[in-house]
Amino acid sequence: MAAHSASLDAFAQPGLDAATTRVHIRGLNHWFGEGEQRCHVLQGIDLDLRAREIVILSGPSGCGKTTLLTLMGALRAVQDGDVQVLGEQLRGASQVVLRRVRRRIGVIFQGHNLLRCLTAEQNVQMGADLNRQLPYRERRLRSHQLLREVGLADQLGKLPAALSGGQRQRVAIARALAAEPHLLLADEPTAALDSHTGREVVELLQRMVRDHGCSVLMVTHDPRILDVADRLLVMEDGRIRAMAAAA
Amino acid sequence: MLPERLLHLWQRRRVPLAWMLLTRQPVRLAVALAGISFAGVLMFLQLGFRDALFEASITIHRLFDADVVLISPRSTSSNAMQAFPRRRLYQAAGWQEVASVAPVRWNFVQWKNPETGKPRSLLALGFDPADSVLLLPELETMQPKLRLGNRVLYDRLSRKEFGPVPEWFEQGREVRAQVGDVEVKVEGLVRMGASFSADGNLITSDRTFAKFRNSRGGVGTTNGSIELGLLRLHPGADAEALVRQMQAVLPPDVRPLTKDQFLAFEQNYWKSSTSIGFIFTLGAAMGVVVGSVIVYQILFSDVSDHLAEYATLKAMGYSHGSLVGVVMREALLLALLGYFPSWVAGLGLYALTRSQTMIPIAMTQAMATTVFCLILGMCTASGLLAMRKLNQADPAEIF
Repeated sequence: MAAHSASLDAFAQPGLDAATTRVHIRGLNHWFGEGEQRCHVLQGIDLDLRAREIVILSGPSGCGKTTLLTLMGALRAVQDGDVQVLGEQLRGASQVVLRRVRRRIGVIFQGHNLLRCLTAEQNVQMGADLNRQLPYRERRLRSHQLLREVGLADQLGKLPAALSGGQRQRVAIARALAAEPHLLLADEPTAALDSHTGREVVELLQRMVRDHGCSVLMVTHDPRILDVADRLLVMEDGRIRAMAAAA
Repeated sequence: MLPERLLHLWQRRRVPLAWMLLTRQPVRLAVALAGISFAGVLMFLQLGFRDALFEASITIHRLFDADVVLISPRSTSSNAMQAFPRRRLYQAAGWQEVASVAPVRWNFVQWKNPETGKPRSLLALGFDPADSVLLLPELETMQPKLRLGNRVLYDRLSRKEFGPVPEWFEQGREVRAQVGDVEVKVEGLVRMGASFSADGNLITSDRTFAKFRNSRGGVGTTNGSIELGLLRLHPGADAEALVRQMQAVLPPDVRPLTKDQFLAFEQNYWKSSTSIGFIFTLGAAMGVVVGSVIVYQILFSDVSDHLAEYATLKAMGYSHGSLVGVVMREALLLALLGYFPSWVAGLGLYALTRSQTMIPIAMTQAMATTVFCLILGMCTASGLLAMRKLNQADPAEIF
């Protein structure tokens, strides 16, 4: 992979049509704080994400990666700029729209954030339960299927506390995919895992998103997993400074 | 169609998150249920005592075989029945609607425990043994025995402090006791019931009752006065209309009441003229407060402990409302699970109270429903308060 400097516009992908574009961001600015404490954390971000594309977003701590992730995930209000996710304009969007977008996005957290009181199967089913059109039985079958796909068919009834770190993250991946999302946002999914397990989890994630037709934006510092990306973006001081295409 | 709707609901069911959150920590759940049950027991007891008080206050009143009752306007309750001129009863008998009348003497006398000799206040009713005054079937055979002097019928539901009279009588022993300075013989046992104002009751003839009047510690009314005048009306007569007529015609030294008004007269005294009703209601309210604090603490700590998980669910697309639903379902489950033990304990405590105090405290459907609604309201209110913490579950902060 070769990284290179680029103008801000270089990370947008003109020529992409609405059917294949999952994320379309132009001129995104975001601030935290008030008055003299006001901090400009995202500065004129332009970004496109295509269907079935895996993009890794890297950069030093505090550069704005997670803020960008939360804005794309419809978890924060967009202050300035044009943010279209899965065909919905998020700037000025109502809570109903934000919630509708969230339901079409799978989220994988650094700390997996599984519900401690639920079994692996139930945790995955919490994702499947978001799809109200499917009857219970089908949602349950889907949860089983996903857990089989991530290699945990024999761990259905175990609570998160009884699973290893890698197994928990696999459950989190299955949960994120259970609602059949069009976009997957992953925040440091390998940070809490050893290198071998981290590699396994990322390869699993790569295979699963290909099989399920998702686009992925993954924030990571882990240099060992960069090769799974179709594109690499590097952020610095609230700007996307560089892009590298996968080899 | 109901089956289709049920099938639809069944197919739409989700992971029972509220149940799983509650049962994840069994010890904490047990503590919560113990607290809710304690609050429920407190409510059952307080409301049960209050209702029993009101019910017991008219235990004797209900027994009178009358459509209209005359009392003194100076009477404030069964504790303080005042006398009025007997001739008012005979005046009332002149109304064509009246089929028969019966004068009744009513007051408290000093009964000496025949075993220990300790005196204790007991309600005595005196009337002509030829009159049918009380709706007690057993009186039909026993009442004629009262024609002999110094004979009484003893209420077997009187408190034990009055002595082992029922036991001795049933063993075939001759039971004699002192009422004031008059020695009486127990000729039989009746079932009347104790109340908050009277721990025990006896029935005697008007002649024997008059002896009590002259005894030390006796009743103290004149021969020409009575405390109650009972009127039975011809079938189809309108008691309320007759009472209105009597109120307009009779002198103000007597107060005519229908039987229902007579019951209400007594109950109103306990409800409005004493602080007892308020005290018991306050006691029940304390139960609600105690229970609310316990449920709030449980739900608040539950939401706090799972804040990151709730935020995760929000990030996944669950609405704030659906998470509020989870907390409210937890509250509902706590109410249901906490209510049942309190109901069982309430049944046991009611039985114990009945056996020890003879107070007519009972688990009625209305009582069971009232306490359930209070517990449900208590848990719902606590759930609503605890929900405020859910606002802090910010999905953007969990990354």
